[in-house]
Amino acid sequence: MPDGTRPFVHIEGLKRHFDVSPPWLVRVLERRGRQIVQAVDGIDIDIAKGETFSLVGESGCGKSTVARLVVGLYGPTAGHITFDGNDIGQRRGRTQTSALRRRLQMIFQDPYASLNPRWRVFDIIAEPIRAFGLAVDKADLEKQVGDLLRQVRLTPADGRKYPHEFSGGQRQRISIARALASRPEFLVCDEPTSALDVSVQAQILNLMMDLQRRFGLTYLFISHNLAVVYHISTRVGVMYLGRLVEQAPTDTLFKRPKHPYTRMLLDTIPDLDLTGRQRVPVAGEVPSPINPPSGCSFHPRCPFANERCKRERPQLLPTEGGAVACHAIEEKRLAIEERSYANAR
Amino acid sequence: MSNFQRGVALLAVDDVSFEIAAGEVLGVVGESGAGKSLTGNAIIGLLEPPGRVASGEIRLEGRRIDTLPYEEMRKVRGAMIGAIFQDPLTSLNPLYSIGRQLVETIQTHLPLSAGQARKRAVDLLKEVGIPGAEQRFDHYPHQFSGGMRQRVVIALALCAGPKLIVADEPTTALDVSIQAQVIALLKRLCREHGTAVMLVTHDMGVIAETADRVAVMYAGRIAEIGPVREVIKQARHPYTRGLMGSIPSLGHRAERLTQIDGAMPRLTEIPKGCAFNPRCGHRGQRCLVERPNLMTAGGSLAACWLHDRQGVGSAVAGELADA
Repeated sequence: MPDGTRPFVHIEGLKRHFDVSPPWLVRVLERRGRQIVQAVDGIDIDIAKGETFSLVGESGCGKSTVARLVVGLYGPTAGHITFDGNDIGQRRGRTQTSALRRRLQMIFQDPYASLNPRWRVFDIIAEPIRAFGLAVDKADLEKQVGDLLRQVRLTPADGRKYPHEFSGGQRQRISIARALASRPEFLVCDEPTSALDVSVQAQILNLMMDLQRRFGLTYLFISHNLAVVYHISTRVGVMYLGRLVEQAPTDTLFKRPKHPYTRMLLDTIPDLDLTGRQRVPVAGEVPSPINPPSGCSFHPRCPFANERCKRERPQLLPTEGGAVACHAIEEKRLAIEERSYANAR
Repeated sequence: MSNFQRGVALLAVDDVSFEIAAGEVLGVVGESGAGKSLTGNAIIGLLEPPGRVASGEIRLEGRRIDTLPYEEMRKVRGAMIGAIFQDPLTSLNPLYSIGRQLVETIQTHLPLSAGQARKRAVDLLKEVGIPGAEQRFDHYPHQFSGGMRQRVVIALALCAGPKLIVADEPTTALDVSIQAQVIALLKRLCREHGTAVMLVTHDMGVIAETADRVAVMYAGRIAEIGPVREVIKQARHPYTRGLMGSIPSLGHRAERLTQIDGAMPRLTEIPKGCAFNPRCGHRGQRCLVERPNLMTAGGSLAACWLHDRQGVGSAVAGELADA
């Protein structure tokens, strides 16, 4: 991020904790305390206009919670999210909130669950236009919906159908059309292709990149699929147990990954080029975010962990173009190696 | 294999033939609705009515199993064929401890005493890599993580030392780091026990790492089948090529991914001739009328007229710009 320019989306010290305690009576009888899941535990992200910032991590790392916080579906426990200079969490008047909401939209993972089965596609897409009063009359509304359907490569005639008449990929196009209906500048996409087949995934990713170029959209892209992330992102943040362990421009992250967890994730990508590289099965699983390990939360799975890692939580320190939170990197105990990928296909 | 819908019999899996050798992993890959799971279920004998095997036969070690009466098939299933499904939570009974489920399965199929069955169960849990197998024996499924549950399911499938394991999307519900563990485990066990595996998945990456041979299914038929290296490196069927191209690769970052326009046809609307023809860039006159069967194409078999001496006939442009 060049200095002096204000980031388009600025996330600072973002935290979201969930209370998952058993009921009061059970706590008293069994002498148990409250249980708090620290789903997101202090995250800073800056996203520049027109770029795609991706968050990757395994299930339970808090990436979807970040997405929901950013669009305001959850309120943060602590921290701020500013969007083009406006604090999203701050309470303000109805018109202002509405004006802000129009500019950011979300695409959900499951196109079977995110469309109302009783509504016609036309109404699904027209709803944001109506809600924000973006159409002057009925003819204008119809024109706008028709245009949106064409943009996602469906036909205006499809508006008369119901969601069940479409395949998963087509439904995701409808979700995208709905998200674009309010002419947003920032789209939060939570695993938009993980429910889809690969050939359909390619169609949707291509469509998303086309739309980004055409409308200058900014994306926050949440995914667990590193190959997809590599393809679509400008910058990538790697999350582990509610914290950002590394962030860097896409090429840097994939060519010179620094954090041991990032390296581990990259090792688990299946080798489709049949170079004979063996996937290294990583021992262990993601620990529970209720009782995260002390110090660096990755230390129980990390081959480079020492006493300091068990004790002291590493801070994100800047490295080439990005930042990494790792004592081994900071102390230069861990060398940064260049990775190459077969370029066969 | 057919499914009934409003009085019409739909052909969901059409003329699919393959063999799996002992100790071999056959990957079956395809997009949703291609008929890969249905093929797997037919082999386990778990086709849900009104689905039925309308014609053809399934043989295990030379013995025909698709015509067996229900009770007979129950014995074959479990003793001879193990099944692993996608979601480990639904394949385990939440009300019984995993130890009890293992012991029950072992005693159903093998003549062992309770003590011997317990020992075998603990050995199996150790073999699938569950740390502290003795202590975890009495734990319930909800006390295990997703990856550990899938290991328990694998142990269950191995209880009676089956000859064939049908694994339907065994890693799809798991995180990437756990996927690698489960795949490595499945592969090792099959090598050691000489078990044949039919691995059904939509994930080419899993196939590339695990399978010896791979069958690519499209609209209920096998589009291409061959050694995994041949199919991945030198796909002969245009569908396989498109499928491989649409997988984002780490090697290079293209402006756009290769995409196959359109979508797989519904069962009611399978086009005449080659089912892939509306989406195919190579289609010719012949593809519209004549359905290709599997034919030799390099080191594999592909169902595509491109590999026939007479070719595809005069070119016809694909009709689906996008669906």
